[in-house]
Amino acid sequence: MKVLVTENLRIDLDSESWECRHCGKVLIGARENYKRGLVVYDRDPRQIHKPLLDPVKFKLTFAPDPDWCRILEYYCPQCGTMMETEYLPPGHPPVRDIEFDIDALKAQWRHRPELSEAPVGREPPRRQSHDHSSHTPESRK
Amino acid sequence: MNDVHPPSAHQELMDRFLSQNRLFYGPDPLIIEDHRIGPRSAREAELLSQPVDPHQVNQVRGLVIAALDEGNTMIEQMGAAPGAKWGDLVVAIYTAAGDLSMIAPHGVVGFAACCHYPIKFILKYWTDEPTVGVREGDGFIHNDARYGGIHNTDQSMMMPLFWNGKLVAWLSATVHEGENGSCEPGGMPAAAESKFDEGLKMPPFKVVENFHIRRDLQTFLQNSVRDPKLQFEDMKVKLHAVLRLRERMLRILAEHGEEALIVTLRKNLEDVVEEVRRRIAELPDGTTRVVAFPDSTLRENVLLKLNMAITVKGDRMTIDMRGSSPEIINRSINTNLASFKTMLFTGYLQNIWPDLPQCMAVFTPLDFLFDANSLVHGSFDTPQAMSLIPLFKAMTIACIPMAKLGYMLPHRYTATVAPGYDQPATLIYGGLTQNGENVGNFCADINGMGQGGRAHRDGEHSVSPPFAAHCDLGEIELMEEEIPIVRLGAFTLTKDRVGFGKFRSGMGYEQIATFRRSGLWGFMTGCCGSLFSSSQPLFGGYGSPAYPLCKVKGIDIFEELKKNPEGIKFDIIDLMNRQPIRGATYSTHDMGMTFELAAPGELYMMCQGAGGGYGDVLLRDPVAVMTDIEEDLISHDTARDIYKVAFDPVSLIVDQEGTLRLRESERRARIARGVPFDAFVQDWVTPEPPAAVPFCGSWDDPAVIYGVHAGQRVKMAADKLAGMFMLNPKDVRIARLEQELKAARGDCTPSD
Ligand SMILES: [Zn+2]
Repeated sequence: MKVLVTENLRIDLDSESWECRHCGKVLIGARENYKRGLVVYDRDPRQIHKPLLDPVKFKLTFAPDPDWCRILEYYCPQCGTMMETEYLPPGHPPVRDIEFDIDALKAQWRHRPELSEAPVGREPPRRQSHDHSSHTPESRK
Repeated sequence: MNDVHPPSAHQELMDRFLSQNRLFYGPDPLIIEDHRIGPRSAREAELLSQPVDPHQVNQVRGLVIAALDEGNTMIEQMGAAPGAKWGDLVVAIYTAAGDLSMIAPHGVVGFAACCHYPIKFILKYWTDEPTVGVREGDGFIHNDARYGGIHNTDQSMMMPLFWNGKLVAWLSATVHEGENGSCEPGGMPAAAESKFDEGLKMPPFKVVENFHIRRDLQTFLQNSVRDPKLQFEDMKVKLHAVLRLRERMLRILAEHGEEALIVTLRKNLEDVVEEVRRRIAELPDGTTRVVAFPDSTLRENVLLKLNMAITVKGDRMTIDMRGSSPEIINRSINTNLASFKTMLFTGYLQNIWPDLPQCMAVFTPLDFLFDANSLVHGSFDTPQAMSLIPLFKAMTIACIPMAKLGYMLPHRYTATVAPGYDQPATLIYGGLTQNGENVGNFCADINGMGQGGRAHRDGEHSVSPPFAAHCDLGEIELMEEEIPIVRLGAFTLTKDRVGFGKFRSGMGYEQIATFRRSGLWGFMTGCCGSLFSSSQPLFGGYGSPAYPLCKVKGIDIFEELKKNPEGIKFDIIDLMNRQPIRGATYSTHDMGMTFELAAPGELYMMCQGAGGGYGDVLLRDPVAVMTDIEEDLISHDTARDIYKVAFDPVSLIVDQEGTLRLRESERRARIARGVPFDAFVQDWVTPEPPAAVPFCGSWDDPAVIYGVHAGQRVKMAADKLAGMFMLNPKDVRIARLEQELKAARGDCTPSD
């Protein structure tokens, strides 16, 4: 039985391990911090949120200040998918963001069917009158 | 000294004396700290012990909701406050005990949850107070968030509903009025250094008797604010909306009887409590966590940590905010815990359980943990006029730990969504209008925030504020008739300022403002996020960029447009980089700007922001990346550098194989540069916050809190927090300039 935990992670309840949902790599034991099974990179935020104003003319440029803000990028060590990102001040301990009671999880899932894809949820009802596609003969069917 | 044990008769006398001779009815912690619905009243218990007709409950609920909707619409149509015109309001109904039971379907739930507390205050203190009392035809006004509320711009009208001489419910109407006589115009003074700078501070008091507003009290309130017309009109508008609601309720009572109404209001609450317990129980037991870092007090840049841990155990959920920044005794960005819980509750009803009835029972099964005297549990004496800084985070960041608890469920109550943008990114203004009226308020742009990316599609652009789904941007032409602000540019979406991801965030838009035909006009802005990204991503996406405030000063844009109509393009990036207006001063600032007077024709420019991205950028459909280019949301560079898409720059046709190669090589590069977590932590984690960053909050241990007091770093035990005191930023600047001057003069001039 595998339980989907995020867009990128799942837990195999039988082997009690965290796995990458994209390549199946077994990352680490399910009772551990899953981040310990990943590789991390300290990203200068200016490489992602690039300065849009001329840095010669202005101190503030739409890029975060790298002395205040860093991006920790967590990758799957096998397929290189970015599993998580964390915006932190330099040197701040990474947050243990998920910590489940695995025994309780096993009990909870004993009677639930396994899911291979997460459901998306209902779309709110949308008004059709402003949607030009609804005027085409195709969509009137 | 000996203990004195008075005989019981004396004791009784003394108790009565003490209860009748209280010096001051300040905010009551017993009320303000209790977010749960109260127990059943005797009448409710009696009625609910008998069989309940679900059809009648459903019918009465429908009638009540329709009546609430009518009241809400009345205020939207008649309200004078800019906020009323765009839907920043609510009409609501409560049980006789003051528990919020229902709101108008497109109202702001947070406002109604605020009145929950002041109604309880009225019941507790004014009902039996011989000089006040609660009678038919009375109406109570309130704005001080310390007695319940979000912030003091919001004014409420609360009215008891009587039937056959008995109190059966409470009705309320609340509007973000704006101006309230605070030290800066518009009611949200970032410059407030004590609560006495905040302007009107109304505990719940009776302002309506026999269904009429008392003119003497209204005059006092008008005399206390910059905009007496607004104060006059909207007190009347709120009263008449509540009176219409009352008429409708009386008809429901006549038709269905008081029993049906009492049962419906109470049952609505109890059913929700039961449903929320069920929803918590289906989540996994465990803890998920998130941290957030507002980067400004709106007077200086300081990193303020908010620390959130959500723990589920069976059908109980605990939200633990311990380890957050201490309160600041002379800055306005503190919030009290009732406001914080109210906004967190609003966020749950926006993003997590939007299908639940919007009532106070939603949070009844929840427990909370706070450090006393922290930024999110500020003491009553701290200024809280710009509590929006922690409160906007409260409404958004819980999306992350809740997504990590709920993603596994076999069903969804709504799509999983990354946090939306979380800054009140709008210009606040004040001064004398072209019509000769004094005003102070804010622009409707606060309602145009970008949504976060979702599990199945991109976030919506400029869709709503975090506190309501139904607010609008209003009509610029109507605004220009009333105030001298002129909006330049066409609300262009902020190109490349996106929360990138598999599903990108919705984007904000550029706001370029100036004014004319006023000799006295100014602006302020009250946002964080100019140094540290404000919106956080979900599941491996990226957050929002940082947003500066940009100014072009020393010119009159209307004169420049006459001279050079073709040469000026109203695009912030182009204006600032190309600098097409000769003689102008171009500058960037962080987005915490206290009120400043401007000259006609000067430009103040800011952005409404993006939400967080959802999922890995390499998983974004390359065709969707091309659509982003076609819609001018991103540049070719972003498509190549961030999303790693190979494409023909002219036709925008994706080179599928080239993209696969680029993405595969990026994956390999990631693996190569990534360091195993344990080794990374060894190298990365420092024992203390960086010396150069003024940091407030816990670091590695939530029991140890760092802070900045009078310019010095301090360390405190979390259970013994003391408020921090900030130096005057002008004094800090003067000291620095004096030092520079001294160094430049070569140290030989005597100091004064
Ligand atoms: Zn993988």
